[in-house]
Amino acid sequence: MAKNLKQIIENICARYQNDRTRMMDIVRAVQEQFGGVSPEAIDLIAQSTDAHRVEVESVVSFYAFLSQKPKGKVIIRLCNDVVDQMKGVQAVARAFSEELGIGFGETTPDSWYTLEWAPCIGMCDQAPAALINDVMVTNLTTDKAKEIVRALKLNPNPPILSTRYGLGDGNNANALVQSMVQNNVKKTGEVLLCDVPADAGLRKAIQKTPEEVIAEVEASKLRGRGGAGFPTGLKWKFTRGSKGPEKFILCNADEGEPGTFKDRVLLTERAHLVFEGMTIGGYAIGATTGILYLRGEYAYLRPFLEDILQKRRAANLLGNNILGKDGFHFDIRIQMGAGAYICGEETSLISSCEGLRGDPKNRPPFPPQQGYLRKPTSVNNVETFAAVARILDKGAAWFAAIGSGKSTGTKLLSISGDCKNPGVYEYPFGVQVRTLLQDVGAENTQALLIGGPSGQFIGAESFDKTICYDDLATGGAIVIFNKDRNMIKIAQEYMEFFVEESCGYCTPCRVGNVLIDKCLQKILAGQGEPSDIEYLQNLGNTVKKGSRCGLGQTSPNPALTTIKNFRAVYDAVLKPAQDGMQPTFDLKAAVSDAEALAGRHSVIH
Amino acid sequence: MSETITFTIDGVEVKGKAGQTIMQAADGAGIYIPRLCYLEGCEPFASCRVCTVIVNGRPQAACTQPIAPGIVVENNTPEVTQIRKDIIEMMFVEGNHFCPVCDKSGNCELQAIAYRLGILVPKFPYLFPVRELDASHPYIFIDQNRCILCGRCVQASRDIDGKHVFDFVGRGPEKKIRVNAAARLADTDLDITDKACDVCPVGAILKKGVGYAVPIGQRLYDKQPIGSDIEANANK
Repeated sequence: MAKNLKQIIENICARYQNDRTRMMDIVRAVQEQFGGVSPEAIDLIAQSTDAHRVEVESVVSFYAFLSQKPKGKVIIRLCNDVVDQMKGVQAVARAFSEELGIGFGETTPDSWYTLEWAPCIGMCDQAPAALINDVMVTNLTTDKAKEIVRALKLNPNPPILSTRYGLGDGNNANALVQSMVQNNVKKTGEVLLCDVPADAGLRKAIQKTPEEVIAEVEASKLRGRGGAGFPTGLKWKFTRGSKGPEKFILCNADEGEPGTFKDRVLLTERAHLVFEGMTIGGYAIGATTGILYLRGEYAYLRPFLEDILQKRRAANLLGNNILGKDGFHFDIRIQMGAGAYICGEETSLISSCEGLRGDPKNRPPFPPQQGYLRKPTSVNNVETFAAVARILDKGAAWFAAIGSGKSTGTKLLSISGDCKNPGVYEYPFGVQVRTLLQDVGAENTQALLIGGPSGQFIGAESFDKTICYDDLATGGAIVIFNKDRNMIKIAQEYMEFFVEESCGYCTPCRVGNVLIDKCLQKILAGQGEPSDIEYLQNLGNTVKKGSRCGLGQTSPNPALTTIKNFRAVYDAVLKPAQDGMQPTFDLKAAVSDAEALAGRHSVIH
Repeated sequence: MSETITFTIDGVEVKGKAGQTIMQAADGAGIYIPRLCYLEGCEPFASCRVCTVIVNGRPQAACTQPIAPGIVVENNTPEVTQIRKDIIEMMFVEGNHFCPVCDKSGNCELQAIAYRLGILVPKFPYLFPVRELDASHPYIFIDQNRCILCGRCVQASRDIDGKHVFDFVGRGPEKKIRVNAAARLADTDLDITDKACDVCPVGAILKKGVGYAVPIGQRLYDKQPIGSDIEANANK
C-alpha cells in the first residue's frame, strides 16, 4: 500500500513536470485520488517537487477543498450563505444530517459520506443548494435532501442526481455539463446576453496593431467588471509597457462574493466570447499564455470549457499564428481553485496560480509590473473579457453610447433574496434601484445589498439611486431583504463569512473581523449597549484602513453600512443597563464556580 | 549619486533617496514609525500593519510604500495612533500574553510599543485561544501562545539561514506557525546559531538555559522606549 502511494504520487507530480508552481493541480489530484492529502503524501509531494514539506502543508491547509484527514468518497457541501438561510437551509441541513446519521464536519463510519458547510457556491438564484463532489444540486427541500441521500446510498455516483431532477436550460444540458443548474437569465441586453457573432471581435482586432486595440478599449471607457472598476485599457497599456519578454493574461473566474453568479452564466452560455476576449487581451499586451482561474465550486463546467478550448485550437483561434496572423501565438489553460474566496483578489489569484497559499501580495509592484511568476500580468474579470470582444467587434463608440456618463456599457447583475424572479439581469449602467426592484418582483423591501457584503446595505431612502461607478458601484451581486429580516442578524452572518475567508496574513483583518462578529453576536443576544455603535465604528475604521488587501479594506461594511443606514434597528435593541453594570457581565455566573467549591451561596443584591 | 526626494512627515520636511520606502527615509531622518514584522535584510513582509501611515489621505504600510516627491505623510496623528493602538491591542487579545511570567518582558517589542503608545489594558475582549508549546528541541522552544504571526522567523530561516524551518499553515483565525517536520521542532534542521532563533519580536521563540540572565528592570526597553535608537539619528 505504501509503495503504491509513492508510485501514484510520483506519477501525479510527473504529470506536472514535478513543477512546484503547479502545486494546486498536484494537491488537488492527490486529494481526489485519496480523499485527502495525508502527512505521508505531503512528504512524497515535497520530495518529488523539491519543496519543503511545510511548504506543501502550508498550501494544503489553506484551501477549504483540501484536507490532511481523509474525507468520504462522497462529499456533500451544503451552502450556508445568507440567502440559503433565508430559503430554509437549516431544515435541509437537519434532513441531510438525520438521513446520513452524522453532523456537519463529520464523515460516516464507513468512510463513504462527508457532510460540510460551504460558503456561497454561486447558486443564490436557486437556493438552497449544495455541491456533491463536483455536482450541483439546487432548489433543495427537506424531502429532496432525504431522497438524494437514499439515491446515493443505492448508487454512490453523484452525477446520477443531475438527470434524476432534470437538466437545466441552455448549455447546462450539454453532454459535457449535464447539470440541473438553471441559467435564470431574466433580462437580456445588447452587449452580452444577446446573439453574438462568433469571433468577430478577434478577427477585427488582429487587423489592428496591439496599440490600436488598446486605444479602442480605452476609447470605450470600459472599466473592470469585478468590482474595483479600474479602466481596462489603462491596465493593458501598463502591462504592455512593462519590460519583459514574457507576459500573461489571467481571467478571474473565481467569483465568490456572496450573492454573485453572473460569471457562472457567462461561462455556461458565452464561453467562446470570454476566451475570445482573453485572446484579444493576449494580442494587445503581448502575452502568449492565458490562464482562466476557475473557482473550485464551478468544476462541473471544466470538461465543457476544456472542450471549447480544444475546438478553438482546432479552428486556429488559439495556438500559433492565430487566424493566419504571423507571429501571434496564444494559448489558454484552466487553473482550478480549491475553495477560497480570497483568491478572487487579483494578487491572491496570482499566488494560487503559482502553486502557493492564496495570500495577497504586497503592492507595489502591481501585477502589470510584476505579476504571475514575477512577470507583467493583466488580471481581468470574466465579464470584462466578454465585453472587450464585443467592443472590438462593434466599436468603442457603440459601447460608449450605452450606459450613463462615465459608466459605459451594460452590467450583469446577479439578483437574489426576497424577490419573485431571482436571476441574471443585463442592464445598461444607470438603471435606478426602483426599476430593478420592480423588474425582479420585490415587495415590502427593507434593504438591498449592493455589491455583496463587501459593498453596502442601502434602504428605501436610496431607491432613487442608480447602478454605476459614480453612484452605486457593484461587481454585480445584489441581494434583497424584505421587512421581516433582522438586519443585525444578516450583518452578523456576513461577518462570519469574512472571518472564515480572511487569509489571516495581516492583523487587522485576521483579528478585527472576529471582534466585529463577536460584538454583533453580543448585540443579537440582547446584551448590546449604546456604546457598541462607536466601538464598532472605530474598530471597523481600523480594519478598513489597516488591512493589506481589498478583503479587509471592505469586510467591516456589513456592520458599518447597517449602522449607517439602519440605525433605528440597532437603537431599538441597544439599551443602557439599568443597574450600571456591563450587561455582558453576569455576576451570578462569574461566582458560581467559587460557590460550588466553597459549598456556600453568595448573597447578590 | 541617487536622486534626492523631498517630502513631509507630520509637516516636517524629510529627504530620502529614490527607491527608499517611507520607513527607510523616516529612519534616516530620525523619525520613528512603529513596526513589528519588519526585519532588516529581508523583503518587507507587511503583515503586522503597525507601521500604517496615511499618505496623501490614503492608508499605506510605511515598510512597503515607496517615497515620492511632495507626498504628505501622517505618522504621529491621533487617527494613525488610534489605528496602531487597535492593532497592538488585537495582538494582545488574539494570543495569551502574560508579561509578568514571560522571559521576553522588557526586551519584547510588542510590550514596548504598547507602553510607548500608552496602552494600559485592551478594550477588546480576550479570545483565550488554546495554543501549542513545543519544547522538543534541546536549545530552543516555541510557545505559540505568544506568537503574533509576524513572519520574521519564516523569513529569517528561508532568506537568511537558507533553510525553511518555519512556515504558516491554516488561514484566518486558524492561521499559525508550523515547523518543517511531521510534528516537532526537534526533527527540523534548526540550529541555535540560526538567525531565525534571534528575530522573534515577542517571547514565542526563546532560547533555553538563558532565562532571566538579565534581571527585569535592567532590560533594553526598561531603560529607554522602543524607537529611541532611531530617534537618535535626528541629531546626526
